[in-house]
Amino acid sequence: MNGPFEFTLRLGDDALIAAQRLAEWTTRAPEMEEDIALANIALDQLGAARLLLTYAGELEGAGRDEDALAYLRDDREFRNCLLVELPNDDFAVTMAKLLLLSAYQLPLYTALAECADERLAAIGSKTRKESAYHLDHAALWVKRLGDGTEESHRRMQAAVEQVWPYAAELFAPDPGAPVDPAALRAEFDATVTAVLAEATLTRPESGWAPAGGRDGVHTEHLSYLLAEMQVLHRAHPGAKW
Amino acid sequence: MNPREAAAAVVDPEIRVLTIDELGILRSVDEDPSTGRVVVTITPTYTGCPAMDVIRADIRRALTAAGHPDAEVRTVHSPAWSTDWISESGRAKLAAAGIAPPQPVRRPGVVPLTLTLRCPRCGSPETEQLSRFGSTACKALWRCRSCSEPFDHLKAL
Repeated sequence: MNGPFEFTLRLGDDALIAAQRLAEWTTRAPEMEEDIALANIALDQLGAARLLLTYAGELEGAGRDEDALAYLRDDREFRNCLLVELPNDDFAVTMAKLLLLSAYQLPLYTALAECADERLAAIGSKTRKESAYHLDHAALWVKRLGDGTEESHRRMQAAVEQVWPYAAELFAPDPGAPVDPAALRAEFDATVTAVLAEATLTRPESGWAPAGGRDGVHTEHLSYLLAEMQVLHRAHPGAKW
Repeated sequence: MNPREAAAAVVDPEIRVLTIDELGILRSVDEDPSTGRVVVTITPTYTGCPAMDVIRADIRRALTAAGHPDAEVRTVHSPAWSTDWISESGRAKLAAAGIAPPQPVRRPGVVPLTLTLRCPRCGSPETEQLSRFGSTACKALWRCRSCSEPFDHLKAL
């Protein structure tokens, strides 16, 4: 079950669930500028999700389009990593999640831009530019909070420790895939280590490594997220506006 | 009007001072001489750009008005759009509309550091970034410390 369809579906689901979570900040962010920033990053993730899920549907060849894949699958059929479905929690946790996600997506999309599959390469060449900006934004906040007040430092450190275990799942080896995630780990480590050092934060030790998202075994948080995301489409199939 | 001119004259719905040709998102216009069928290829600025549907509809409307009702609009993502594709006339129009044009992109895939940006209204280099994101996906919000006016900046990509 590691063909191009599964690979593309995983990437599309990561982007879709990340978009939905980030969009929850809309009207709730700590300041107006950040509200706009998170909504824009969510929009970029949604744009990537639409391209990836559309292509996944074509690879599968069963007639499922982006809407069918996004709205008509149940939680056990989603292949996103656990990291993106975790609740937003406080702002520090959201930024810790965004740092790990974008530090993974940037080398992933960059490698994708060079892969043999033309469609995936085109998507990668586009999305890597956006990921670079997301990483920049997350790093800025992690440094600002980590190297800020005693309270912001304490909460940023706690946030990094809270989400760190979920990074391991991103790099599960998949040698047959267009891009083997295991090959991205070194660049991810270098990026995150540098940001944490500048933020005067301590990089957590790797230990407990929850996983299962790639096999459809999720946390309970995903089911609630999907309920909200899918309810309109399921109540009114094919709804458009 | 030939199909190329008709498509090139379509105005971007979010940045209304620019045509899609000046913005660099119009990639090609091909007309099949035997059938008259026109294929227009465009590329998005950002993957999630919500203006794409409106742009597609506007292109079809412009072509129909120019006598080319049989038109198809295709979207491509590679090569990825860059702000370097904004024409010189496009940059001048942005500045005239109070939107600071993007700086040249030095390396592909890397977001360039913005050291200083001139205020599009008074020309002062005494400016500061208010928000890394702005009213559309492609803009950031800045302010001039000399004339106190806030202004949009089209981010280099």
